[in-house]
This record gives sequence, structure tokens and C-alpha cells, in this order.
Amino acid sequence: MRDYHTSMPPAGTKELDATQKFNVVAHNISKVDGEGLVLGRPAYTDDLAPQNALYVKLVRSPHAFARILSIDASEALKLPGVACVLTWKDCPRIPITRAGQGNPEPSPHDRFILDEYVRYVGDEVAVVAAEDEATAEKAVSLIKVDYQVLEPILDFEKALDNPIIIHPEPEIHEMFPIGFEPKRNIAAAYHMEIGDVEQELAASPVTVETTVHTQAQQHVALEPHTAFSYLDVQGRLVIVTSTQNPWHTRRLLGLAFQMPLRQIRIVKPRIGGGFGGKQHIHIEPYVAMVTMKTGKPARLALTRREVFEATFTRHEMRVKVRLGADPNGVLRAIDMQVLSNTGAYGEHALTTFMVAGSKTLPLYNKVKAVRFGGHVVYTNKVSAGAYRGYGAIQGLTGLESAMDELAHKLGMDPVELRRKNMLHEGETSEVFRIMGEGTEGVAMIIESCKLEECIRRGKELIGWDPEHLVREVAPGRVRAKGMAIAMQGSGIPLIDMGSARIELQDGGFFKLHVGATDLGTGSDTILAQIAAEELGVDMNDIVIHSSDTDHTPFDVGAYASSTTYVSGSAVLRAARSLKQKLIEAVSQKLGVRPQDVTFEDKMFRTVDGSKELSLNDFSYDTLYHDGTNMKTIEATESFSGDKSPPPYLAAFVEIELDKETGKVDVVNYVAVADVGTPINPNLAKIQLEGGLLQGIGMALYEDVRYSDKGHMLSHNMMTYTIPSREDVGRITVELVNSYEPSGPFGAKSAGEIGIDTPPAAIANAIRNAIGVRLTQYPFTPERVLMALRQAEKDRKGQA
Amino acid sequence: MIITLYINGKKESVECQPGEMLTEVLRRAGYVEVKKGCDTGNCGVCTVLLEGKPVLSCSYLAVRADGKHITTIQGAAKEAEEFAHFLTAEGADQCGFCAPGFALTVLAMKKEMPNPSEGEIRHYLAGNLCRCSGYEGQIRAIKKYLEADHA
Repeated sequence: MRDYHTSMPPAGTKELDATQKFNVVAHNISKVDGEGLVLGRPAYTDDLAPQNALYVKLVRSPHAFARILSIDASEALKLPGVACVLTWKDCPRIPITRAGQGNPEPSPHDRFILDEYVRYVGDEVAVVAAEDEATAEKAVSLIKVDYQVLEPILDFEKALDNPIIIHPEPEIHEMFPIGFEPKRNIAAAYHMEIGDVEQELAASPVTVETTVHTQAQQHVALEPHTAFSYLDVQGRLVIVTSTQNPWHTRRLLGLAFQMPLRQIRIVKPRIGGGFGGKQHIHIEPYVAMVTMKTGKPARLALTRREVFEATFTRHEMRVKVRLGADPNGVLRAIDMQVLSNTGAYGEHALTTFMVAGSKTLPLYNKVKAVRFGGHVVYTNKVSAGAYRGYGAIQGLTGLESAMDELAHKLGMDPVELRRKNMLHEGETSEVFRIMGEGTEGVAMIIESCKLEECIRRGKELIGWDPEHLVREVAPGRVRAKGMAIAMQGSGIPLIDMGSARIELQDGGFFKLHVGATDLGTGSDTILAQIAAEELGVDMNDIVIHSSDTDHTPFDVGAYASSTTYVSGSAVLRAARSLKQKLIEAVSQKLGVRPQDVTFEDKMFRTVDGSKELSLNDFSYDTLYHDGTNMKTIEATESFSGDKSPPPYLAAFVEIELDKETGKVDVVNYVAVADVGTPINPNLAKIQLEGGLLQGIGMALYEDVRYSDKGHMLSHNMMTYTIPSREDVGRITVELVNSYEPSGPFGAKSAGEIGIDTPPAAIANAIRNAIGVRLTQYPFTPERVLMALRQAEKDRKGQA
Repeated sequence: MIITLYINGKKESVECQPGEMLTEVLRRAGYVEVKKGCDTGNCGVCTVLLEGKPVLSCSYLAVRADGKHITTIQGAAKEAEEFAHFLTAEGADQCGFCAPGFALTVLAMKKEMPNPSEGEIRHYLAGNLCRCSGYEGQIRAIKKYLEADHA
């Protein structure tokens, strides 16, 4: 075993809070699992599946909407090696949600593990298990399903009050009021208004209205969704799965199968990426059904096509923003109206929709009136679910596009328009109090916001000159700049909770157990850094284990940009508490008062210098030598925040646009962010760089396309293209000096903020390049060319 | 049918179906360091070296590999460990699922190209996709790794 590689923060990471000197935190420490993963040591779910596990395959619907009349599995069951075929008749009739969220879930319970109806192409019809994969596949092909094909709704603009009702079943329900009206194809709805928006807009000398249509986007985590299950020696159901939320998975499975939760254990090993795509139960119910039916281990790894067709996408949204301002650029009113497409089931329907407003509107907190509202509707497309950015990216795309239109109308530098209106440290927004995630929000004063510095540095890095935002570099080729600013959150206040347990081991090292779920972000590493910093020990003295419902303390899971802030705060508390317990135990042993003992460099010393004891010696004493005083010294602590301090980011992009082909290339994408103290600057930076590229993918390349019958056309990585390393010129990320008083060692989140700006900033750059605003995502060469031709036509029409 | 593969220097006789791809056969034989990502030869996580050259094992018929030498990341562990040091130092390993295939391609590039420019690096590795890192950290790591070798 080697020591963790440590180095100082790279250039571009500014000095941290002057009052604090860190030894482990704010240092670049290599991920604790990194080398093992690069070397391919067995670590992911499918690597660990038992060799004797049955292979599970799913029969999926070929129709966008249909009723199953009959399922004939007789031929399949005759095949040697087939263990079972399970259908909706084998499932308890319990409506659930597949969304991994708090309890009660803000998503409607509108889904059965298997149902008599199928509501999108790819919806699960039957579960097949066989001794080998080829037999399972063969069995799937032998199952005859008779469908009554129903007419689907594929266009989300036509879903509301359509005579076709996607969810007529009587058992489905909401857990608390979320505006659920299935008879109108509404999964959720929400409305709020502060002040009188119509009156303010009418009184505003300058107004703009911009509508953007952001598309569904695929997560494309490189590891497909994978799970295996078995019964342990006590007959309990164990599921090892690539999940972002082990506890939600356990709770939802308990509900679905009417099992006591004590009978279920969920284990998350290493995950090959999540991005929100694994914040649900997709596969776990099916392996569980097979194991419960046969008593045998069962494994299921989705094919890439299944991941595309039958997991979740980002919510497609139509976002209409109206702004009213004074001629000097002071905003008076913002109105944001959203229509969101949740697909066949309402997972994360309300919350992604509300976040479109709640994590964007506070950016411009000085308005006299602000309004947000709209509907989330059902369609017969694959469900939308959680996805990095979680509504904020969609809302921000509308808001920041409208802000640039306003700047054009006012003849103002778009940067100055934002600076004039944006949120600052010490301020608040009524929106924080009113809008939460599915519930009311929490009032919050902003204690750290370095947007001004982010903007200043971003302008410098891109060379921002408002008089020269576009230049011709070759005949027909222009380079143009655009910008946008963003905020996100750090966990969901009063809802998200994380816990940590730290225990002294013989040999003087510490076992750190957290419920938090490392998706590959490096959270195991940064949580260990937080513990090491507080205990004053090295990274090597902390051994971390995470995400096992039997063996680690509770955590809601990795989502909503929560792990560093929420789970990290729990680790900090546990380390603090443990340090106190260690000092108390040692002081008792040495016969002095606790306040007279210090713990530094793994040594306990009395302040008068008369006595000392090493951590190593003490660890043996307390576990082996101290007679009736022997005890395990451990501390378990939890954290649930009463606020969600936003990270901020200022983005500046330079694009090159070819007017002949319509192709847009990103030459340089500059992002300067305030994430508070970066616990591990390199890992924070990578979160931002990766998020930016995923956002650039959404802006330019990625699109979920369907046939007119509802078959997904972009169901593999040839037809759904994510950015390769040749697609983007340069991504430049810097972190500014910032310190969030409520966060662990001053930290806020970094996981989602990176993805938010590219769709808006690139649209704004294209607007500067060709004078036309593109609003339909992604900006493919075809769309850019069509916009150019339309502009040409309009010009000729006017001449 | 039974085919003979020389995997990481070890002779293995493995059972395979006529239409089966190499990824499946290798994973079934316990070489789980060969990952399965896209099934269509697009993402690069299944990369192995076949007679020293990177191939996408998900698109390579197992029978075609009969009698050939295959190197997985475990078979190149020593060099891979050296590269892993640079990759993890940048935090660019992230979820790690693409890393074994990516690292093998980096090792192959290093053998093939003495002094690649950044453009050449990006081009050589274009078939190894990563959804986590945004590639910038990986490029930083590769440059430092190659520079360290020249130092």
C-alpha cells in the first residue's frame, strides 16, 4: 500500500481564509480508490456478482402505450436452464415511485413494479431468469405477449387535458399535495408570486420575452445500471447495486414488496458514474423478485440500449421568461412559466420543476415582483428523472437567455446588466423562503457569494471587451463570446441528512463509516480528508467505508449537491466529538482534567508537560490492557442543514461559428466558481470541468430523438453522441477564494454548478455571432443554418 | 467451441459461442478489469491490447482472437501504476470505469508516438470516452506523465 500523493493547490486556486491553515483539507490528495480503479481491480457491481447467479433479462414493451392482454411464457419455460418468468400478476398491486427521494416522496406514487399497462417503448413487461445469459435472452424472445395497442401522447405540448389519459388507474396517489391531477395528465403543478408581476411588467419601460425549449438529455454514465441479489445466511435479501441512494432504495423496495425493512440490505460498491441517473430504483426490484422467487442469487446488468430506452432522461422543458426593467437596466420584474415533460411516470416531476425557479430566480434578488409557475405533464416517452443541474439548468437557460436579450435591447454590456441586478453577500431573496424542493423553502441570508470576483476574473481570462464580442477570423467564420452566471445549492435544507461514525482501532488508526455514496466524484476521499483535518492526523490514518445499509450510518444519498456540505458536516461533527471522547478517556487514565490534555500529532500531552501518551499506545490500552475500563472509543454524529448555501459560477465562452456549415465549436470555455473552500481543489475542479463538458454536450450535440410511434431513435452511443476529447478546444476553470461559515471548513458544493451555464452562455455567444437567438436545443449545424437562412429572409423581407 | 488465448502471458483455453465478442469471454474468464460500456464500439472502456495494439474487445469476435496474445490492464500493471500516479494526482480518475481501457490506450500511444503534441494525444485517445472529467485533467495527467519520462 502506498501513501496518498499530496501536493499543494495548483495555480489558480487562490489563498484560503486567512484565519485557517489546513494540513489535509484544501490539499490535492489522490482519491483513495483511484489507483485500484485504474488497475482494474474488481470493484463495480458486475465485477463482484457471484458466478452462480441467475442471469436476469427483461421483456420490454415495443409499444408507446398499450394494455397487456396476455403473456404466454410456456415456450420459454420449456427451455432448459430457465428458472422463472415473472409478470405483473406476480407483483403486489402497490403503487410506488422509483425516485430516490426523502420520505414522504414529493413524487407521485404512480408506478407498479410491473403493471398490466405499459406506457413507453421499453417499459418492463416481464422478468426472465436463466442459468446463463444466452438462455435468458433466448427465453425473452420466446415469450409471446398480446397487446391492445393504445394511442400515445408523444408531444408534451399536447398532453394537458388531452382526451387520452396516461394514468387512469385508481390506486395511484400523491404523498402530499403536489398538484397531482392524473385525469388531466398532470404529474405536478406549482405557482407562486411575490408582488404583482403583471403590474410591474406593465409599468416597466423596457420588457423582453424569451422562450427556450431545452431537450431531454441522457446521463451516459459509462457503467450501465447493474445489480445483483442473494439471500444471506439469515435469509435476508441482500442487493448489491450501482445506486446513488442505498437507504431510499431499501425503503422503496420494502414498500413495493411489502417487506419489513429489516429484511433488506443494500450495498453500493464502486459506481461508474451517476449524474442523477442512478438516483432511482430501476433494476433492483427485478433481481429481488427473482431471488425471492427462486432463493438463488440473481444478476442484471442493463445493455446500453436499455439504459437509453428504459432508465431516465433529463426533463424536457419549455421555459418562458419575461423581464421588465428601467432604462438604466434595473430589473423590476421576472416572470418564469415552465412546462415540463416527465414522460411516462412522475419521478422528480415537481422538484426538478420547482428548482428551475428556486435555484435561478434568487440570482436577481432586487426585483419588485417575481412569479413562477406551470405544469409537469405525462407523455408516453421514457420517464424523466434526476439529472445533474436538476431543473436549474433548464430555468437558468431561459433566464440567462432573456437577460442577454434585455442587454441587447438596452444597449448594455451583458456583464454590467448582471452586476447591477445580482445577489451579493449579506443579502437574501424571498424566493429562498417560499420555494423549496416540493415544499416551502427556508429563509437564508447569503454568507458567502464571490460572484463579483468570479466575473472579474472570468472577464480577464476570456479577454472580455463588450465592444468587440464578435470578429471574423476567415471568410464565413466568426468567433464570438457570450456569458452567463449561475447558482446552485448545497443539499436540501431540513430534508437531507447525513451521518458518520468514527472509531479508534488498535494500531492507532481510525475507521470512518459514512452512509454517503461516492459516485466516482471522490467523496470517500474528501470525507476522509475532513476527518483527518479535524483529528490532526494523516489521510493514511483514516480508513473509510461507505454506503452499506447494514454497516454504515444513515445518509440520504448522493444528490442535490449534498455530499460535501451535508455528509461532510456530519463527518466534521463526528471527528470533533471523537476528539473530545479521546481526550476525556485519556485524561481519566492519566488522572488529570480533560482541559489539561492536548491531542496533537497523534500524541496526548498534559499542558504542564509532565505526562504524555501516544495514540498508538492508548489504542492498545483501551482495547486490550485497561481491565474494566476497556472500551471502544467511537463517535456517531449527523447533520441536517437549515440552509443550502449556493455555490456560484461566472461563465465566459468563445465559440467559432461556420456560417457555411452551421457548425459551432467551443474554442474556450472559462468558468470561475465560488464553491467555498475546496476540500480537495483538484477534485472540485474536475467536478466543474466534467459538468461544463456535459453542459456543452447538452447545448450542442446531445438529443433524445423518437420516431412518430414513440420508438427511441437515439438508443446507442453512435446515434446519441456525447463529447469526445476532440470536440472542445479548451476548458479553463478557476476557483476564487471563498469561505462559507456554515460549511465544513468553509466548503459548499461543487457537483452540479458546472453544468448549468453552457446552454445559455453558448446561445448568447451565437446571438452575438449571427444576431439570431436560437432557442431549440441542441444547436446542431442544421438548426444554426436554418436560423441563419431565416434571418436572411427576414432581412430581405424588411428591405 | 474452445479457443486458446494468451492472456497477460498465460495460456487459457476458454469456451465461447461463435458470435460472441471478446469482452464477454474475457469477463467470464475472470478478467473483469475489461469493462463493458456501450456494446457498439463507441466508448472505449473495453479496450485491450491484441498483439500489442489497442482493440475494442466489445466489437472483436472472440474466435478471431484464437491463438493471439491479449494484454489487459492487469497484464500491464507496472506501467499502468506509473500512469495511475499521474492520473490520480490530477483527480482525473473520477469514477474510474473508463480508466483501464483509457490507460491501456495511453500506454500504447506512448510506445507508438515518441513526442505527441496535444492535438495528437487528443486524436489518439478520441475513442476513449469519459463522462466525468471533461478530459482536461486527463490531458494534464498525460502531459506530465510523458514529460516525466523525458526528464
